[in-house]
Amino acid sequence: MSSDINIKITDRLGVTHQIEAPTDMALNLMEVIRMYELAPEGTIGICGGMAMCASCQCYIESTHELSDQSDDEEAMLSEAFHVKPNSRLGCQIQITPKLEGLEVRLAPEE
Amino acid sequence: MITTDILIIGAGPTGLFTVFEAGLLKLKCHLIDALPQPGGQCSEIYPKKPIYDIPAYPEILAGDLTKKLLEQSKQFKPGFTLGERAETIEKQVDGSFIVTTNKGSKHHAPVVAIAGGLGSFEPRKPALDQLSDFEDKGIAYMIKDPEVYRNKRVVIAGGGDSALDWSIFLSDVASEVTLIHRRTEFRGALDSVEKVQELKNKGKINLITPAEVTALFGNDHLEAIEVTQTGEVAQRIETDAFIPLFGLSPKLGPIANWGLEIEKNAIKVNNALDYQTNIPGIFAIGDVNTYPGKLKLILCGFHEATLMCQAAYKIINPGKRFVLKYTTVSGIDGFDGTRKEAPKSVVKSID
Repeated sequence: MSSDINIKITDRLGVTHQIEAPTDMALNLMEVIRMYELAPEGTIGICGGMAMCASCQCYIESTHELSDQSDDEEAMLSEAFHVKPNSRLGCQIQITPKLEGLEVRLAPEE
Repeated sequence: MITTDILIIGAGPTGLFTVFEAGLLKLKCHLIDALPQPGGQCSEIYPKKPIYDIPAYPEILAGDLTKKLLEQSKQFKPGFTLGERAETIEKQVDGSFIVTTNKGSKHHAPVVAIAGGLGSFEPRKPALDQLSDFEDKGIAYMIKDPEVYRNKRVVIAGGGDSALDWSIFLSDVASEVTLIHRRTEFRGALDSVEKVQELKNKGKINLITPAEVTALFGNDHLEAIEVTQTGEVAQRIETDAFIPLFGLSPKLGPIANWGLEIEKNAIKVNNALDYQTNIPGIFAIGDVNTYPGKLKLILCGFHEATLMCQAAYKIINPGKRFVLKYTTVSGIDGFDGTRKEAPKSVVKSID
């Protein structure tokens, strides 16, 4: 299980979950949240992960260096609600070993 | 009153393929969709994106899949009620149903197939106090008749194509157009962005960026909005109309109140048999349903639609025997009088 990383995810009810996410399955953060059912089906990842909805918006609460936002992600976040400077779309964050110890909080449902 | 055999709610890929499978069984279909065009998410959210897991298509654009499905079901002459949302369902004494839309259109059918995907697409609304108080009293989320804004002061918010296009259009109609967007960059067709720039330079569009509408004012009707530009003091803008254009997001909507068993924002069905819901005669197929092992894939929706049509046939033709026919063997007889069939092989001796 050396390829798993530890992530702290605070769900929309404020409950923090310490979970292990595999790095060898080409997963993104939105998919990890769905995998662990930390948000009800139908309330997260609605567009499937194309950066075309903001249902997987989350706030990055640790200091990890993340990949840059794509134009699509930037544009989507510019139209989303509840956006903060540390907002990202979970579907655009690939789970890699560099993200060990990542801490995120799910943004409220729109 | 529109009458049909199978009333399909949702004109996405699953709903469209149902028309074909029902047609093979000589059942007529009518589709209701809240969007103004068929195709569901495939046309509304990602028409230009490729799909790689449609059997026999190594790659097909979502928009093209919609076109192909419409073409495939064309000879079965489906009816469409588009731009209307299915609102209520009433079971009749004979077991049939009447479904009424938000615009009052009534549809009567012995079988209802909900192929509603993620639900109907509703406008995304900004979180502002009193927003609902001013809906239809100065606030609108879509523009149906631009003439209502003639010589009025209009504020539009949003950064996509519809915000840009309507700002351009209304700059000739309204007395004053203000466009507010959270960023200075807009996401839209290049010529729309350039046109807005040009109209801004000419003083025909009042552009406020990066900014957000932060409050609404008025008594019975909207009278003004407060706009806050990043790092500036909030300002008040007198206006007759405020049109937030933040795109659409799917909501299960009124279907959730039809007495159907709902689990995980989806409708529970019997997947051992025919995808019927807890209400006999109402089926749920495609992304809108759930059962153990459910996968939200277009190809699974096609399979579910096919089995559902068999059950619909039995409801509509009680006691009638049925045998599966292959299209290659039997051909297809359209409701429009057309017939498709395999060419007859030539039998000829060779000397």
